Amino acid sequence: MDWEYFWELFFGGLTRGSIYALIALGYTMVYGIIELINFAHGEIYMIGAFTALIVTGVLTLLGWNHIAILVLAALAAVVYSSAYGYTIEKIAYKPLRNAPRLSALISAIGVSLFLQNYVLLVQTSDFLPFPALIPDFDFMEPFAHIISSPEIVILITTTIVMILLTIMIKFTRIGKAMRATAQDKTMAALVGINVNRVVSVTFVVGSATAALGGVLIASHIGQINFYIGFIAGIKAFVAAVLGGIGSIPGAVLGSFVLGWTESFATGYISSDYEDVFAFLFLVFILIFRPAGILGRSTTDKV
Amino acid sequence: MKKNAGKFIVAAVASLFMIVTLSGIGLAADPIKIGVAGAHSGDLASYGIPTINAAKIVAEKINAKGGVLGRQVEVLPEDDVCKPEVATNTATKLISEGVDAVLGHICSGATKAAMGIYKDSNIIAMSPSATNPGLTQSGDYPNFYRTIASDDAQAKLDVDFALDTLKVKKIAVIHDKGDYGKGFAEFVKKFIKEDGRAEVALFEGVTPGAVDYSAVVQKIKRSKAECVIFGGYHPEASKIVSQMRKKRMKTIFLSDDGVKDDTFIKVAGKYSEGVYASGPRDTSKNAMNIQAIKEHKEKYGTDPGAFYINAYSAAVALLNAIEKAGSTDYDALTKALKTEWVETPIGKIKFDDRGDAIGAGFSVYQVQNGVYVELK
Repeated sequence: MDWEYFWELFFGGLTRGSIYALIALGYTMVYGIIELINFAHGEIYMIGAFTALIVTGVLTLLGWNHIAILVLAALAAVVYSSAYGYTIEKIAYKPLRNAPRLSALISAIGVSLFLQNYVLLVQTSDFLPFPALIPDFDFMEPFAHIISSPEIVILITTTIVMILLTIMIKFTRIGKAMRATAQDKTMAALVGINVNRVVSVTFVVGSATAALGGVLIASHIGQINFYIGFIAGIKAFVAAVLGGIGSIPGAVLGSFVLGWTESFATGYISSDYEDVFAFLFLVFILIFRPAGILGRSTTDKV
Repeated sequence: MKKNAGKFIVAAVASLFMIVTLSGIGLAADPIKIGVAGAHSGDLASYGIPTINAAKIVAEKINAKGGVLGRQVEVLPEDDVCKPEVATNTATKLISEGVDAVLGHICSGATKAAMGIYKDSNIIAMSPSATNPGLTQSGDYPNFYRTIASDDAQAKLDVDFALDTLKVKKIAVIHDKGDYGKGFAEFVKKFIKEDGRAEVALFEGVTPGAVDYSAVVQKIKRSKAECVIFGGYHPEASKIVSQMRKKRMKTIFLSDDGVKDDTFIKVAGKYSEGVYASGPRDTSKNAMNIQAIKEHKEKYGTDPGAFYINAYSAAVALLNAIEKAGSTDYDALTKALKTEWVETPIGKIKFDDRGDAIGAGFSVYQVQNGVYVELK
């Protein structure tokens, strides 16, 4: 057994997993609160990356330093994407809240297509270079062949975001309101919770994490176009389902498991079948644990 | 009525006179008949018509200067609709009309079908557009030539470059699983194996659009390949190159004309430096090329269509070979095509033993200081 190769693949899978996780967190949160698979989530991620690209372009012209640009670009992306998330919810999902779940799902797909084409038309269909905003740290140099600085940053950010979200949901007032809304919307409203506000906050927070992911991942990969949200979104969705959709730690664990599956399948078997193994694994997990790895299965009371 | 009849008589006499004069020339020297076969109607007519135009322009130009070997050049277009079953009839018809050489056919399938018939009659055919590798490589059609690079020419060029110039021993072949990329990669693998000087350390497909290629990159590293040959387009290439460089790997990266695109340099930025990619040889600054396009605009009033430049080059090469050979005899013509260099709009060419144009097609480029530079 070649252990060095094993660890390289392990860390490769870990970074890939943390990329998925940053997007999967928003998916799972929205699903947890209003049981809607927000297919437009991947597009929010893409819009976040585009916003950051534009802000970066302007600030680079003004000659700002790297860290300041990264922080400001991320901030702008978070604000802009959150506004998109909020607006999408108000326009496309709120009117359908009491409609069958399928209607909201189709509305989500519609929003996703709309945003993709909107960015295609107002920006370009070409790939655009995205500057490397995360610098290479000197102390990381000995490990650069295994894990690079941007990868470490993504990994740490994912962990921090996960912890913050968990704290928010477990210990804050709004978190309590979210859990109440998730359990029973009508009852929550009856005890004085502003359900509309809770849902809006959920979308804003979910979009913010996606935007953060957009900035970090685009900076790591170095290129963006209008279509990046689709593939990343689908993979993140799979990760969220794998971990148990609705569960915050589940989304992260599911993402890591998916990342590792892909990485090891590529490394030890063949990358030709990377997706095949990823989805085979998903099928197996769902056969034995239909609610996902950390998902709690709920019984519908009749 | 009477007036019209008078006109008719004048016209009849005039045409009779013309026929007599024409046949008079004919008696002096038979014209050289060049058949132009290809799709001249139907869905793919746009691929075939420019070839007729090119042949006519070249013939007119040469006839104005007194023809070839003192004989006028006559162009005989014949339609094959790009269908193999029609192409055999087209070929038979052209032979019965006594053509000396054929410019065509256009589509690879139709060309294959017609070649056997030309071969039996010792007639040379030169295609401006049939790119199927088998046409030249199978050895079945010694009378076939073309002025376009075959589908595998790039793969051959890249492999030769890796083995002869870069002198690498271990090569990782990566592709994007698409028709173009995988096809290219499979030719690369085949050529490396046939050559035997290097081994294919890795042959893998990657998923286009994936967020990260670190696992494949680690695999390349583990295979200890000195060079990666990638078949596919620039988005994946730039991701793979960037990740390789970020993992501090200095592995040489060599790719196809899907990567020989300025977007690649723009996106991969500093990581693109030193990357090799093959791409069509730059002929747009060739004076004959500019002239050929100008002639088309003058005669037809439009920009030339597909394969016009290749067809123009083929017509020039064919007529030049007849001139040099001193006759339209098959053996003399074959020798002239394979030994005499000729200036054409696609560059200075002659043909190799298999019938592919040497000097046409692809060059290897390298990114140097942020631009692709053609390596001579």
